[in-house]
Amino acid sequence: MKLPLLATASALLVLAASCKPSAGSRHTREADTLLNVSYDPTRELYAEFNAAFAKHWKETTGQAITVNQSHGGSGKQARSVIDGLEADVVTLALAGDIDVLHKEARLLPADWQAQLPDNSSPYTSAIVFVVRKGNPKAVKDWPDLVKDGVEVITPNPKTSGGARWNYLAAWAWAEKQFGGDPAKVKDYITTLFKHVPVLDSGARGATTTFAQRKIGDVFLSWENEAHFIEKEFPGETEIVYPSLSILAEPPVAVVGKNAEKHGSTKLATEYLKYLYTEEGQEIAGRNFYRPRNPQVAAKFAATFPALELVNIRDAFGGWEKAQQVHFADGGTFDQIYVK
Amino acid sequence: MSRRRIIPGFGLSLGFTLAYLGVIILIPLAALFLKAGKLGWSAWVKLLTTPQVVAAAKLSFGASLAAAFVSAVLGLLVAWVLVRYRFPGRRLFDAMVDLPFALPTAVAGITLTEIYSTHGWIGQYLARSAAWLNEHWQPGGRTGDLLAEWAKKGACYSPLGVFIALFFIGLPFVVRTLQPVMEDLPKDVEEASAMLGANRWTVFRRVIFPAILPALITGFTLAFARAVGEYGSVIFISGNLPLKTEILPLLIVNQLEQFKYEAAAVIAASMLIVSFALLFLINLLQRRLNWRAR
Repeated sequence: MKLPLLATASALLVLAASCKPSAGSRHTREADTLLNVSYDPTRELYAEFNAAFAKHWKETTGQAITVNQSHGGSGKQARSVIDGLEADVVTLALAGDIDVLHKEARLLPADWQAQLPDNSSPYTSAIVFVVRKGNPKAVKDWPDLVKDGVEVITPNPKTSGGARWNYLAAWAWAEKQFGGDPAKVKDYITTLFKHVPVLDSGARGATTTFAQRKIGDVFLSWENEAHFIEKEFPGETEIVYPSLSILAEPPVAVVGKNAEKHGSTKLATEYLKYLYTEEGQEIAGRNFYRPRNPQVAAKFAATFPALELVNIRDAFGGWEKAQQVHFADGGTFDQIYVK
Repeated sequence: MSRRRIIPGFGLSLGFTLAYLGVIILIPLAALFLKAGKLGWSAWVKLLTTPQVVAAAKLSFGASLAAAFVSAVLGLLVAWVLVRYRFPGRRLFDAMVDLPFALPTAVAGITLTEIYSTHGWIGQYLARSAAWLNEHWQPGGRTGDLLAEWAKKGACYSPLGVFIALFFIGLPFVVRTLQPVMEDLPKDVEEASAMLGANRWTVFRRVIFPAILPALITGFTLAFARAVGEYGSVIFISGNLPLKTEILPLLIVNQLEQFKYEAAAVIAASMLIVSFALLFLINLLQRRLNWRAR
């Protein structure tokens, strides 16, 4: 009976074919490409910045380079890098998503955030309110969000980085308002989420719900995304600045292990440093991210009104703690919905 | 043992089949169960009995069963019309049945949400009529609450929205499994039964229906299996409200967002076990029907 022999042979053949190393894993010795793995709303920012940096690099070193981009939800992007997407640099929505690159896969050192100025966040943003033109529900500040008949749009903090900033901004205001009385803070947050009719999984999805599908009265949003809506849907929305918000610091980092393997450490570091130069800062400002450089920030003063901001380290003890307390299973967000 | 087979290459093709089954189905599934197995039994039970998982399981399996059932009934009707009648545009309709197969699920989800939300083509009328009904009929109780919810949100962001999305993707499975069987139904059997004095209803009930029932059950099963695993189209229309409109695949993604691969694998493996048990039961039922029909 010759069946087993032939069967085994063909099985082995298929297995062998599927195990052959893929052609994509070859690396060029001297790195002339970078892969920047970023989150959703930075598409426009990095399209402009990459072109500027390539030009600058060509002028100073004579080497022509390309920067490839990958965009998606911040948490999902971090997971892709852990699972083997060979990013040279990551530019994500929150420090927590870069921390896990160290914790889960040791792709970069624990103190990555100290390697570049300003906690490795070359630009910042804030959480603001977007309302319909003319502000028909007269929404001015956080207490107005829980008035009768007001519907609030925010993505799901479990799946969206931006939504976590929203949640913490509301929490920070309530904490200040109620003098840290935990029952009252929880009460406010619970009422707030009773006014949320839909929890989209990502920030851009929530933008569509609010701007395109015209659902809800107030949209809690990144400041840069709020300006993006004004540009895409002119004359339909207004931005309202609440009395208190949170300083969102989207961080950047070189993924040390991958960069070493690609021989791109120097290029990747220079790339990120260029974000801090005057030109990099101006590009950030033009794309509605608040520049860190005070001179550049002054130029954009009309776009970015002064705003009272708390930061995550002082108000919440950093991302890791905030994640544990608020967004992990059984955290304060889960408690809202459990009666 | 040495009997020659009519078509050569049995050993070769069996080898390929086994290898592909192994690489594409068995190894990934084994990896899933291995990952899930890293958590002990008590952790499994604790995770699966949290109110969120219980609510999502009810919604996922309940809405999938309902959608598959409605798909089976309406799919039978669609297949009947396409097979039995000749009318202008029939081929176009026939081709359109396949669209949900081809459409990226996210596109389907966004489109359905657009149409069924309070500002959409259908959603606004649904919302208005629900509001009208609630005002004039005033049923109160659970029906009243349901109508109030529809009046406020249209068909979106509620279990109804989940059902609509699952029905949308389920219908073609039923139509496509029924069509060939119905086309092959011999005309003379129907004619004979009519001549023996059966009225139209009896012909359908006693002659046609038993012949197409196995195919109908297959279609139902396919629609159900697809609906349980569906993610892309549902998350847009469901609203993802914890304990109300979260589906199980979304909870898996939530666990992944927290880098809890084991917990995600536990939910996935449990879903797989329940689905497999249900599918197995349906298959058993089908066997019995086939055997009885003979």
